[in-house]
Amino acid sequence: MIEVKDLEKSFGDAHILKGITTTFEKGQSNLIIGQSGSGKTVFLKCLLGLFDYEKGSIAYEGKNFSKLSRNEKIDLRSEMGMVFQGSALFDSMTIAENVMFPLRMFTKQSKSEMEDRANEVLKRVNLDGAHQKMPSEASGGMQKRVAIARAIVNRPKYLFCDEPNSGLDPKTAIVIDNLIQEITEEFNITTVVNTHDMNSVMEIGKKIIFLKDGILEWEGSNETIFKTENEAVTNFVYSSELFRKVRKMYIEEDNQ
Amino acid sequence: MTYLHNIGAYFIMIKDIFRRPTKWSVMKPLIFKDIDDLIIGSLGIVAFISFFVGGVVAIQTSLNMTSPIMPKNLVGFATRQSIILEFAPTFISIIMAGKVGSFITSSIGTMRVTEQIDALEVMGINAINYLVFPKFIALTLYPFVISIAMFLGVVGGLMASIYGGYGTMEDYLEGVRLDFIPFHLIYAFIKTFVFAFLLATIPSFYGYFMKGGALEVGKASTTAFVWTSVVIILVNFLLTSILLG
Repeated sequence: MIEVKDLEKSFGDAHILKGITTTFEKGQSNLIIGQSGSGKTVFLKCLLGLFDYEKGSIAYEGKNFSKLSRNEKIDLRSEMGMVFQGSALFDSMTIAENVMFPLRMFTKQSKSEMEDRANEVLKRVNLDGAHQKMPSEASGGMQKRVAIARAIVNRPKYLFCDEPNSGLDPKTAIVIDNLIQEITEEFNITTVVNTHDMNSVMEIGKKIIFLKDGILEWEGSNETIFKTENEAVTNFVYSSELFRKVRKMYIEEDNQ
Repeated sequence: MTYLHNIGAYFIMIKDIFRRPTKWSVMKPLIFKDIDDLIIGSLGIVAFISFFVGGVVAIQTSLNMTSPIMPKNLVGFATRQSIILEFAPTFISIIMAGKVGSFITSSIGTMRVTEQIDALEVMGINAINYLVFPKFIALTLYPFVISIAMFLGVVGGLMASIYGGYGTMEDYLEGVRLDFIPFHLIYAFIKTFVFAFLLATIPSFYGYFMKGGALEVGKASTTAFVWTSVVIILVNFLLTSILLG
């Protein structure tokens, strides 16, 4: 579980995050949504410890990140997996080497043990047989799955995904969403997903927080988002005709 | 203020190169890869330039020796002094700032743009040690490159002298041996070690701390080349003043 209290972050005069307080529970997908420039990525980078913040606290299982010693922070980071928007695979390594990288860095496993674990997770993300390919030879969907495999290979407690569906076709995006959801439940980890994709919101959003201009405007789930009267949320989520119709049908069904 | 900030950030980066070292089993292949990219990959261009510049120095010296009282062995002497004292350590380093420096900046800068450095940091890895330390170790072999440049420069002068009809082999070799001061070689290699450190760290600094996209990677490479060259020239002046002044 990750607890965030009164988080504030600025860049110079620009006040990006304005007192965010929320909790991300274990074993479910927690989604951060909001328009471009609303502070989603900054929030995610604060959670990861890539950005320092001026006020507030972020606690992992009750441990305040900013108060941890350097070694404790390193230990905590080795329990985090991250799927970057552009996958961020190491382009000088093969897919198998990318997946084995966290094991080489943080474990004392033998080469065969690392290969077995890499095979296992690559199979889990349906990438059996792509081991020797270079990242440049893989499609966008494959790269995302490799990034997920690399993020989970060291059995993390926390999984962070920044726009995991960006640049993917709708079918592949659903595959990635389902994979994230399955992995979250299977390994009972705390997953935080930063997304624009409304399909993801409807599919895997067990908890959703909506940011607007750095303020936590609304929080709920993919069930309650249909019923919300919050104008900012409805303007954002139901900006397309398709989702307005889906919402209408859902409310009608619910009333019957 | 920006210059002061950059100088401070550069020295903090230097400290971080040696902090929280990466596991040796991971570091070893990175060092060998950087030796291949930075040292072995530069031998061809360094050999080519040194040989022909040595030849040009010999020709220029011969053509400017108009007085009949000047000894013939002066060509070999002047070529040796020019190559060992300045051309090989300093001017090859400026060329390497272009070749190796822009390679280092663009490769690290591309990793920054594509979030690969963020990925390393999220994993709890000291990205500066992981990326810069292997380059620093690889460039400790840089004096080996400069030794080859010195040898080929002198040989180039010899070839130009003989085949251009500017003197005999005996005169040239006598000049090469004339008044040889071993400390000049020590001075040249001290400079080479310092320049190797600058070649590994200044381009890494500009790559690591760059912001933006692909266009900025190109700009960072150019800036790194300019600043590496400027610092090499200034440090060359300082070291020459201290060691030979």
